[in-house]
Amino acid sequence: MQELLNSDRFKNLIRKRWTFSFIMLMVLFFIYYGFVFTIALNKEFVAQKVGTYATVGIIMSIAVILAAWFLTIIYVIWANKVYDKEVEELKKML
Amino acid sequence: MEYKFGEPNAVAIGCFILVVLLTFAVTWFVSRKQQQSAGSYYTGGGGISGFQNGLALAGDYMSAASFLGISGMVALQGYDGMIYAVGWIVGWPALMFLIAEPLRNLGKYSFADVVASRLKEGPIRTASAITGLLVVVSYTVAQMVGSGKLIELMFGIPYVMAEIIVGTVMLMYVVFGGMLATTWVQIIKACLLLFGVTILAVLALAQFGFNPITLYGEVQNTYGEAMLNTGGLIKGPIEAFSLGLALMFGLLGLPHILMRFFTVPDAKEARKSVVYATTFIGYFYLIIPIVGFAAVVLLSKNAITAVGSGGNMAAPMLAQFLGGTPFLGFISAVAFATILAVVAGLALAAASALANDLYISTFRKGKADETEKLKAARVATMIYGVAAVGLGILFKGQNVAFLVALAFSIAASSNFPALLLSIVWKKFSTTGAVMGILFGGLSALILIILSPTVCVTLLGNEAAIFPYKFPTIISLPLAFIGSFIGSIMVPDVEAQEKFEQQKIRTYLGVGSEGASDH
Repeated sequence: MQELLNSDRFKNLIRKRWTFSFIMLMVLFFIYYGFVFTIALNKEFVAQKVGTYATVGIIMSIAVILAAWFLTIIYVIWANKVYDKEVEELKKML
Repeated sequence: MEYKFGEPNAVAIGCFILVVLLTFAVTWFVSRKQQQSAGSYYTGGGGISGFQNGLALAGDYMSAASFLGISGMVALQGYDGMIYAVGWIVGWPALMFLIAEPLRNLGKYSFADVVASRLKEGPIRTASAITGLLVVVSYTVAQMVGSGKLIELMFGIPYVMAEIIVGTVMLMYVVFGGMLATTWVQIIKACLLLFGVTILAVLALAQFGFNPITLYGEVQNTYGEAMLNTGGLIKGPIEAFSLGLALMFGLLGLPHILMRFFTVPDAKEARKSVVYATTFIGYFYLIIPIVGFAAVVLLSKNAITAVGSGGNMAAPMLAQFLGGTPFLGFISAVAFATILAVVAGLALAAASALANDLYISTFRKGKADETEKLKAARVATMIYGVAAVGLGILFKGQNVAFLVALAFSIAASSNFPALLLSIVWKKFSTTGAVMGILFGGLSALILIILSPTVCVTLLGNEAAIFPYKFPTIISLPLAFIGSFIGSIMVPDVEAQEKFEQQKIRTYLGVGSEGASDH
């Protein structure tokens, strides 16, 4: 077990996992706070019409919900394809 | 059109009885072979699939306040309600990236297990049980007061009676069926709510040629462009930032949500749970604004405010307008099931904090057999149920909006930092954890009391001492600072060694609580 804990492969996996997680979290922050700060700081832009009645703000709020959902999907695809594969390989070392 | 609120409605009561009978039958059916142990009581045996848990998480999270409150907010304040709705989804991806998998791998019954896993059990469990309970109780009071008013309005049952009915039915599921019964109540509720809201939105959109743009046009033509633009919700970037932090990281510290991750067999299913939950919850918040906008166009603002302040009755009124009394009855029963499912989830979280963290692990030092552990869990559930009803009655007629802010702020500023640091930071020590929990929890509590929500809205003062509604911008960093100072001043060598050993469990899931050992 100690061997596994000290192996570069295991350490790399942990580093990769958190790097990916924090990048995804930053993307989430960027999207959500981008949305909220745009509303707080640039009300004219948010009020602009897209077509006859819909506004930039309405489109943005729908886009943020969809983006939040996509981010979780991307994470799961990554975890299933990359992370779980490494985990299975590493478990064999035990 | 006359709205039949506040008088007993035969369809509503019929639907309500059907829902209760259905949930009783299903919970009896699924739990009849259940193992009688504390583990099964808190985790449902750990054999729930990711899909089922995703639905149950959605059922645990989508409260009557979300359904009725946000549709009402959209109806009265327009676009601001949409901005608010978006905030409720962004915690879910964060939960996935930071917490879901390690939480499942390291914990057993509650998030306190994870924090206590390599630190000193006594102080950690006591501190996290206290903040956990504070979150659960504030959330509960908000739910109970809201539900009492709602049931009074929808079924014509007096407030006190409504509280007692909610408490009693909830206890019947939880005391006898534990987590497994609660899970199924939440699954059924999530299906009913999603179905009800979908029908409501489809019927509403049918009035506008199935085109949301036509609906926005009607809103603009009747109430002016202001309804489609932001009003007073976001006052400035700091307020907005603080609100976002509370909503995003508050989810990662809600005990009743975190607890659901121990019902699935492994980290992979935990991950799936979050995807399904995000899908259902995202869908819910996408269509809720349609209900709100349609309500204000079809019913008028005056009609909505005449029935209840804050627009809480917009969705039920729209249901009656579009589908007559039977549909109103169905939607009322759905709202009732929603309340039950959320309170049942909270009851289990409170029971695990009271019985497992405080009584068995700290007071009795873990020296108790299975029978006693299970008995403690049931007694704690009963105590919680009685307290919930009592507090609900005590707070009758109070403005309880600040309690939701309080629950999310404390969750974000004490439970979440402790949980995250115990997973990622090797040098995190017992003193650091206790200091972090205290700094974050106390500052959140004090700043909420000094905030406009309490100072101005509740106490009627001119101005508030602390200018922002959510204290997270101050209290969340304070929690991290407290944890840092405590961990550097009083390091914990044993905990640092355990951190290394634990990595196999955290990242590979080797040695984590399996479905069978519960």
